Amino acid sequence: MAEYNQIELMICVAARNLEDGSTVVVGTGAPCAAAMLAQKTHSPNICILFEAGGVAPILPAMPISVGDSRTFHQAIMASSMPEIMETCQRGMVDYTFLGGAQVDMYGNINSTMIGTDHSKPTVRFPGSGGANDLASLCWRTMMMTVQDTKRFTNNIDFITSPGYLQGGESRYEAGLPKGTGPYRIITNMAIMGFDDETKRMKVISINPGYTRKDVQDNCGFELLWADTIKETHTPDESELRILRAEVDPDRYILGR
Amino acid sequence: MRKKMIAQKNDKLKSGQNELFTNPDADDAREFFRTKSRALKPKLSTVEEVVRAYLHDGDYIGIGGFGANRIPTAILHEIVRQGKKHLGFAGHTSTHDFQILAAGECFDRCDIAYIIGLEARGLSPNARRYMESGTVKITEWSNATLSWRIKAAAMGLSFLPARNLMGTDTFKYSASKEIICPFTGQKYVAHPALYPDFAAIHVHECDIYGNAHVYGASASDQDLAKASKRVVLTTERIIPTEKIRQNPEATFIPFWCVDAVVEMPYGSYPGNMPYEYFSDEEHLRKWLTIEKDPAEFKKFIDKQIFGTKNFYEYLELNGGIEKMKKLRAIELLYDQK
Repeated sequence: MAEYNQIELMICVAARNLEDGSTVVVGTGAPCAAAMLAQKTHSPNICILFEAGGVAPILPAMPISVGDSRTFHQAIMASSMPEIMETCQRGMVDYTFLGGAQVDMYGNINSTMIGTDHSKPTVRFPGSGGANDLASLCWRTMMMTVQDTKRFTNNIDFITSPGYLQGGESRYEAGLPKGTGPYRIITNMAIMGFDDETKRMKVISINPGYTRKDVQDNCGFELLWADTIKETHTPDESELRILRAEVDPDRYILGR
Repeated sequence: MRKKMIAQKNDKLKSGQNELFTNPDADDAREFFRTKSRALKPKLSTVEEVVRAYLHDGDYIGIGGFGANRIPTAILHEIVRQGKKHLGFAGHTSTHDFQILAAGECFDRCDIAYIIGLEARGLSPNARRYMESGTVKITEWSNATLSWRIKAAAMGLSFLPARNLMGTDTFKYSASKEIICPFTGQKYVAHPALYPDFAAIHVHECDIYGNAHVYGASASDQDLAKASKRVVLTTERIIPTEKIRQNPEATFIPFWCVDAVVEMPYGSYPGNMPYEYFSDEEHLRKWLTIEKDPAEFKKFIDKQIFGTKNFYEYLELNGGIEKMKKLRAIELLYDQK
C-alpha cells in the first residue's frame, strides 16, 4: 500500500467524487488540488470555475487567489463574478467545496465569527465570501476538513452557509433551490453523507487506521451510520504520483 | 402548485435585521445621474487631486478588482495619506484593499462579503483587530449578493431577486428581505441596489476620456462603474482614442461612467495585474507578518504610505523597475535573466 498523509487522502477522495463532464467551482488550496487531480486522472473534461470569473483554465500552477491570473490561464472564458454566480443559480454547476471553522449535523457551515454578539465578535473570520452563494446554488456541496469536537458541533455560533438548515425539508421550505445541499464531508477519519429523510450527517466509510469510536469521539454530535460501513479507498500510486509531481510540486498544500 | 404551497406555508416573510448603509432608491439615483456629465472631454488628473476632489469624508466607496488583483493601490494609499474618515466600504471580494483602508482606519461602516483575509495567504492581524474592536458598523452579505446589489444599481433598479442567503444567519444580519414571485409563488430574497458615492477601478488601458479596456476576470467592475456616482480610473497606460474606435466591442467601461483618469503604471502593485505582472508575495507576506506587532506596523505604514510622497516613491522603496521586471517574469511564466 502506498504511503500518504491525511491531506493527500482527502484530496484523492474528493477528486474521485468529481465525474468527467461535470462543473465545479473551487477556491484556493485543497479543493483546487482535488479538481486538478480529477482533471489529470479520470475527468479530463471536468470544467473548473473560479468565482471571480475564470472558466475552464489550463492551470499552470496552484492559484494564490480565486481571481489571480492563473485562474483564467488559457481559459475558455475570463468572465465575471455575476456570470459565475448566475451560472450556479441557473442550475449548471454540479459541485463546490467549502471550508469553515464549524459545521453542524445538517452540514451548516460557519466562516463568519465566534462569539454571541454579532456586532462585537470574540473572533472575526472573513465571512461568506462566495460560500453562501455556492452552498445555496450549486447542486452538491462538499467539505474537506480535519475532524474534531470543536469543529464538528451543533453549537454553531453563526450559520454562514446553508446545509440542510434544521433538517428534513427545512432547506427547501426556506426557499433554497430544490435538490441542492451538502453531499460529502471528507475528513481525515471518515467520509460522511447525509440521511435522505432526516438530512443528518451519516458516516459511509472509515479511513484506514481509524475506528468507529475515533470517528464518533472526534465529533461533537451523534453521527448516523450507514448499514454497511466500508473502508475508505486509499490513494493509488498513480494518483499520488500525479498529485505530487504535477498538481502541487512545491508541496504548498500537501506539506501542511 | 408545489411552489405555491411552499409560499403559503411561509406567509410570514422575513427581513434581515441589520442596517442598510446606502439609499437604494432608483429615482433618487436617476436625479443624480441626470446631472452627471456625459461630455466626451479630457479627464486626466493626478491621484492627489482625484482623491481630494471626488472623495469626501462620510462617502460610501467601492473598489474595483478582486482584493489583490487589479486593484487601484495608488488611490487606496492616497485615501489613507489624506486621512479620509467615516467612509462606508463595500467589502466585496476585498483583501489587500481592505487591509490598506483598515490600516488607515478610514471606514466606520462596512458591508461584508469577504474581509480581513488575503485568501490562501492568511488573515490580516491588524484588519482583524479593527473589526473585533466594535468600532465598525457591519452588515453581512455574500459575494454574489454584493455583485447583484451593484448590478441592480447598474440596471437603474432598487433591488434584484435572488435565491441565495435564505435560511442562514448571513441573511439574518443582512438588510435583504424575502419576497414572493408574483408569477410562480416562489420565495426569493430581494437584495437592495447599491449605489456607491465613489468607485476607483484600475484598468489595463484607457484613453483620456475614460474609455477603458480590461483583460482577465473582471469581478463586478463593469457594474461598479455604472452603479457608482463618481468613478475614477487608474490605468497602466493611456492609449489613443483610435485604439478604442478600432475595436469598439472591446470597450469595457465607456467614458460617460468616468469622472477622472490617472495614468499609473504598476498601479495594482503589490497586487497582480493580469498579463502584466504577478502579485509581490514577499511584500504581502511582510504586511501580514509585521501587523502582528501594532507598534512595528505603525512604523511600517509611516514609512510605506505617509513617508512616501506618492506611489512612485512607494514602488521605488519596494524594488522599483527591477522588482517589476521580476514580477512580470512570474506573471508570464518565464525565467528572469
